[in-house]
Amino acid sequence: MSAALLDVAGLRVTYGRAQAVDGVSITVGEGELVGLVGPNGAGKSSTLLAIMGEVRRAAGEVRLRGQLLPERPEDVVRLGVAMVPEGRRLFASMTVDENLQLGRLARRPGRTPRLGDEEVAALFPVTTEFARRRAGLLSGGQQQQVAIARALLSDPDVLLLDEPSLGLSPTIVTSVFSALERVNALGVAILLVEQRAEMTLEFCSRSYVLVSGRIRFEADRDTDVEDVVASYFGLDRVASGGR
Amino acid sequence: MTVVGYLVDAVSLGALYALIAVSVGLVFGVLRQVNLAQGEVIAFGAYSLWLMRTLPTWLAIVLCFGVCIAASLVLQVTVFRPLRGASALATLIATFGVSYGLEALWLIVFGPSGNTVSMLTNLNDTVIGGAVALRWITLVEIGTAAVLLGGLLLLLFRTTLGMRMRAVAEDLRAARLVGVRIGRVVTWAFVLSGASAAVVAILTTVQTPLVTPTFGLTLIIVALVGVVLGGLDHLGRATAGGFVVGFVNSLLGSVLPEQQLVYVTSLTFLFVVVVLVVRPAGLLAPRGASVERV
Repeated sequence: MSAALLDVAGLRVTYGRAQAVDGVSITVGEGELVGLVGPNGAGKSSTLLAIMGEVRRAAGEVRLRGQLLPERPEDVVRLGVAMVPEGRRLFASMTVDENLQLGRLARRPGRTPRLGDEEVAALFPVTTEFARRRAGLLSGGQQQQVAIARALLSDPDVLLLDEPSLGLSPTIVTSVFSALERVNALGVAILLVEQRAEMTLEFCSRSYVLVSGRIRFEADRDTDVEDVVASYFGLDRVASGGR
Repeated sequence: MTVVGYLVDAVSLGALYALIAVSVGLVFGVLRQVNLAQGEVIAFGAYSLWLMRTLPTWLAIVLCFGVCIAASLVLQVTVFRPLRGASALATLIATFGVSYGLEALWLIVFGPSGNTVSMLTNLNDTVIGGAVALRWITLVEIGTAAVLLGGLLLLLFRTTLGMRMRAVAEDLRAARLVGVRIGRVVTWAFVLSGASAAVVAILTTVQTPLVTPTFGLTLIIVALVGVVLGGLDHLGRATAGGFVVGFVNSLLGSVLPEQQLVYVTSLTFLFVVVVLVVRPAGLLAPRGASVERV
């Protein structure tokens, strides 16, 4: 079997004595669009942060094309894994343009980016429209677009997104997701964390359902969302599910 | 002296404290930790100037920069790095301990009575004599501070290093996620902080050549008062706070009758207490700003 682009195996994250992530295994193939859904507190954010090295991996391995990822986020992002954190985390006092410049820091030298500056600008027009404006003054939807653009400018092979729909109006969510679809079509693999199960199941080719720090089962577009939600409460309606 | 003389003196002392405030603020910005030992970095510079008193002035000045930057980096590696992730209080206490330790060291090595650095003494000549009594050093202080603070602004807002420093100051975790190498940014903050300590050491010893063991601590306490006054979490306001405290201190010293000079420090602190009661987030912080918990 050829190695997946991103391969997470037996990942554990602990905060003190609490197990936030309890042996999670996830794979994302080249150019794949994968979802990670689950109730609040299931360990979705912790999983993404542990992939980046932003929280310590207590156990397990994270590999990119078979190569173990380093421990620190500033090194991980330089290998081609970028993350859009929950709440966007733009540098609010800095201009949109400065935020984007910081995004380019982690570009791999000597490589033509899969998405160049122009392509990113075309995907997220707010980045040029408000280039000189302080990022903190933008609306939530605009900030989300800048945050995604910032992550994309590091030229990632795989983009991790933590609840990009959080706090956005339905229209904005639609436009953000259609931009993500185009990003994915350009060859960037995506691992999308969302609380909204139905939307994510629809959007991604495959989705993992994470409950209490464990992958409960794998779902796809044909999975009944009722089954997913039921699993949140430990009611496994899927014959193949439950571990 | 005239009012003009008082004001120019006050501006120059304010400028000096602004430089000290900047050196504390730079490190605080990237680490969220207060370096109480910064005064001793300045003392390192001042004593090194005394030790190098037989060397040509330019060489002594260059070496003073080297000593201060080295002292600052040693402090980073020996105190701040082991305490990474510890509470801000832990570093505060640790650097306070380092301060007192070094003060004792100065006392043992250099004695209690102080050492006189006679460097660039002609800068103490008056530009304008008589009632105004303006000395060259006063102008040099104001000019140096203005140039350095301007240079720092350029560094912070016109270079990628500055951009990375601001990113770390604003959101450390987000900065790491976009690929800012924190270690390098922190090291640069300590280098810049050490360099400004050298400038302060040189200017201070030219103006008041006697270096005593409490030299560093006295400077840092007053400067920190200014930093807190301005608002620790904002470099510009911290610097302005340093300036205000130096300015007020100098004016009080000039205005008070001679036998009441002992009250200068008390009155400065009274001013601070009043400010912090009325505006706990700092004199210069915008209204409604939250209080930085240190």
